[in-house]
Amino acid sequence: MTTNGTAGGARPESRTGPGEPGPPDAASEAIAGASAGPADWPLWEVFVRSRRGLSHTHAGSLHAPDAEMALRNARDLYTRRSEGISIWVVPSAAISASSPDEKDSFFEPAADKPYRHPTFYEIPDGVQHL
Amino acid sequence: MALGDDALVLSHRLGEWAGHAPVLEEEVALANIALDLLGQARVLLSLVGDEDELAYLREERSFRNCQLVEQPNGDFAHTIARQLYFSTYQELLYGQLAVGDGPLAPLAAKAVKEVAYHRDHAEQWTLRLGDGTQESHERIQRGLDALWRFTGELFEPVTGLDLDLTALHDDWITRIASVLTRATLTVPQGASRGAWTAGAGRQGLHTESFGRMLAEMQHLHRSHPGATW
Repeated sequence: MTTNGTAGGARPESRTGPGEPGPPDAASEAIAGASAGPADWPLWEVFVRSRRGLSHTHAGSLHAPDAEMALRNARDLYTRRSEGISIWVVPSAAISASSPDEKDSFFEPAADKPYRHPTFYEIPDGVQHL
Repeated sequence: MALGDDALVLSHRLGEWAGHAPVLEEEVALANIALDLLGQARVLLSLVGDEDELAYLREERSFRNCQLVEQPNGDFAHTIARQLYFSTYQELLYGQLAVGDGPLAPLAAKAVKEVAYHRDHAEQWTLRLGDGTQESHERIQRGLDALWRFTGELFEPVTGLDLDLTALHDDWITRIASVLTRATLTVPQGASRGAWTAGAGRQGLHTESFGRMLAEMQHLHRSHPGATW
């Protein structure tokens, strides 16, 4: 769901931190593995699965002092508290993204090697769920 | 009406935080809670009469909200302490109302989910502030202590509410104490009710800052009475 370049600590489209540093008390306990954002309020990526959705989709990002606060804030910001949905929050620093520079070598399929693509099979009639 | 006034007044207080919260995320959370409370106030006041008339045309002495909710915001810790006391109370109260079959049961069933979230929010912040820095610890403790004397009133009987509120008191204390212990805070000492404590809001006696709050809230309606909006 995250395409290349959307994750990572320095996302250009991510919201920048609050102008005023958060209260130091709120962030006293640094979160293991999370990047130190503005005034210890690291950036979190939010993934939401809607009630009838099949998978979690990246919904956006936010700053929070820790995972529990991130969850609650994500609920307010991205779900408006609809019932029956699932939220994941991940510290942005924990996401490794593929580099846009290596896009070609990473994603360009070798078109001259047709044996890599399973297109030579005839699908019999009546086969479902394929 | 008392419950409606509680929600209306606290909602107004939280609205005052708009644009002033410590961080943007908290801004959203406080506004969310204020909106929930305003929604509850509208339903509750509509059961009594016209919601706008009740909100905008009553004098201070006719308001039946408890004194806890009209207390000024103070600093963030002070607001959180007020939220913790009140939302824990509301959760217990609506929980009771929801299982009954009174006219308030449908509202309570809906609102109990909202106030459970409010309580959770206040609890989270109490833990963080209490177990945060020295400064935040002192501030939240100060807020808890300062507001303690307004909590006894919550469990006084409410006219028109067929519910034994005193029975909720033990539950309330247990919950508050458990949160405060986890937050390395102490439950305020001293009486929460009695001759030397505050709390006659249900009788229409309010603290000084409430009048100013009402003046601001009702200003436009009183300047242009009868207008539609």
